[in-house]
Amino acid sequence: MTTPLFRLNDVCYAYEPHRPVLNNVNLILAPGERLAVRGGNGAGKTTLLHLMVGLLKPVSGTVVAFGKARHTEADFREVRARAGLLFQDPDDQLFCPTVAEDVAFGPLNLGKSRDETRTIVERTLASLGLDGFEDRITHKLSGGEKRLVSLATVLAMDPDVLLLDEPTNALDEQAEARLLEILLGLPQAMVIICHDNRFRDSLANRSVVLKDGDIATL
Amino acid sequence: MSHILERSTGAVGNPAQGVHGIDPRVRIVVMAAFAVVVVALDDFVLLGIAVVLALAMAIIAHLPVAITLRRVVAMDAFVVFMLAMLPFTVPGEEMFRIGPFVATWEGLWRAIAIALKANAVVLALLALVGSMEAVTLGHALRHLRVPESIVHLLFFTVRYVEVLGDEYRRLRLAMRARAFRPRSNMHTWRSVGYLLGMLLVHSLERSERVLAAMKCRGYSGRLYTLDTFQLGRTDMVFAGAGFAVMSALVWAQFA
Repeated sequence: MTTPLFRLNDVCYAYEPHRPVLNNVNLILAPGERLAVRGGNGAGKTTLLHLMVGLLKPVSGTVVAFGKARHTEADFREVRARAGLLFQDPDDQLFCPTVAEDVAFGPLNLGKSRDETRTIVERTLASLGLDGFEDRITHKLSGGEKRLVSLATVLAMDPDVLLLDEPTNALDEQAEARLLEILLGLPQAMVIICHDNRFRDSLANRSVVLKDGDIATL
Repeated sequence: MSHILERSTGAVGNPAQGVHGIDPRVRIVVMAAFAVVVVALDDFVLLGIAVVLALAMAIIAHLPVAITLRRVVAMDAFVVFMLAMLPFTVPGEEMFRIGPFVATWEGLWRAIAIALKANAVVLALLALVGSMEAVTLGHALRHLRVPESIVHLLFFTVRYVEVLGDEYRRLRLAMRARAFRPRSNMHTWRSVGYLLGMLLVHSLERSERVLAAMKCRGYSGRLYTLDTFQLGRTDMVFAGAGFAVMSALVWAQFA
């Protein structure tokens, strides 16, 4: 068997002591998997994604990513470059004034040169059908455009895994269909949190449920 | 400040025309020098020349008349009280008196000088710097070695002032939807307090999420820019002419 991309071993997390959100969670993400995580509001789905990229640190248990156990901030820096997290609210993710600068932010941080970055920006935007969006002002984009641009900012870093936190939030039917088509065409393994049954069932090839702090397979 | 930034994000005028074609760094430096020179001038003829120069720059920059006037008046509203008080506070020859208060000619001249200086500087600022996109301004400041944290502050203000405004309008609408009408009573003050408090909490939480999103994309304290600036001949000519005129003004004032 190939090494899994992510392996969570007995991970516990609590925002307030004595009220754990996640309780001994074990989860494996294998290459090629598109894993849907279901669960009610406050079940800890977003928390789970944030633990995977080290934005939160588990109270106990370990996160193994890309074959290595990750503990420190420095460990997770590499993880974040290889596992792209798409945030619930695109306004949180798009912080640069223009689209080009926002898409360039990740590659520049990874040490790419300006010329390389420009090529990456153009290629990524074109692959999502966003040609000519370079100089658009991020906060003036529509909801659907913001979503696709925030996906572009993640894809520009060429990640191996995509972590999608409610990607269909506030999208109309048309934008949702377009997003689904794009995501189905991507080679990356994914973890998907989504309340939209149809979207989730079309995209995911495995499903788990988060309930009472524990994961159950369907 | 916010509405200047907001409006300037949509480029004003034709970018290749007049001052818009000049390197942003040169514009900022010339503007700063102009402000220092104008403040140092005392002679009314020279101050008049400075105002005419500023007006000329505003015309070359194709500043929209209505908006520019509004901004200049907004600045004048700040200083108008000080100008009205000056004749009464500067000692000198009596012009007229209101009861026990004596207005002096010296005070009047001082007030007029300050008004001329302020308007010349603001006009030049709007023409040279205000016509720049906020993003360009930030990058130019960065290239002029302004501390990174200040430039970041500018960027984030430009980016999030609108998001914050939307949030305010949403909350305000939600209040109106539940029949809230501002009156001068305790209930109103408390509700407005809650509204502002909630905005503060929302912004704080958003800033944390933004930072998390930035970390996810490899942020470690530095912002890299895509832009590069290059000094051309027009820039050198503009800078040269600017400094020649300013030197002449200083020489005429102090020689």
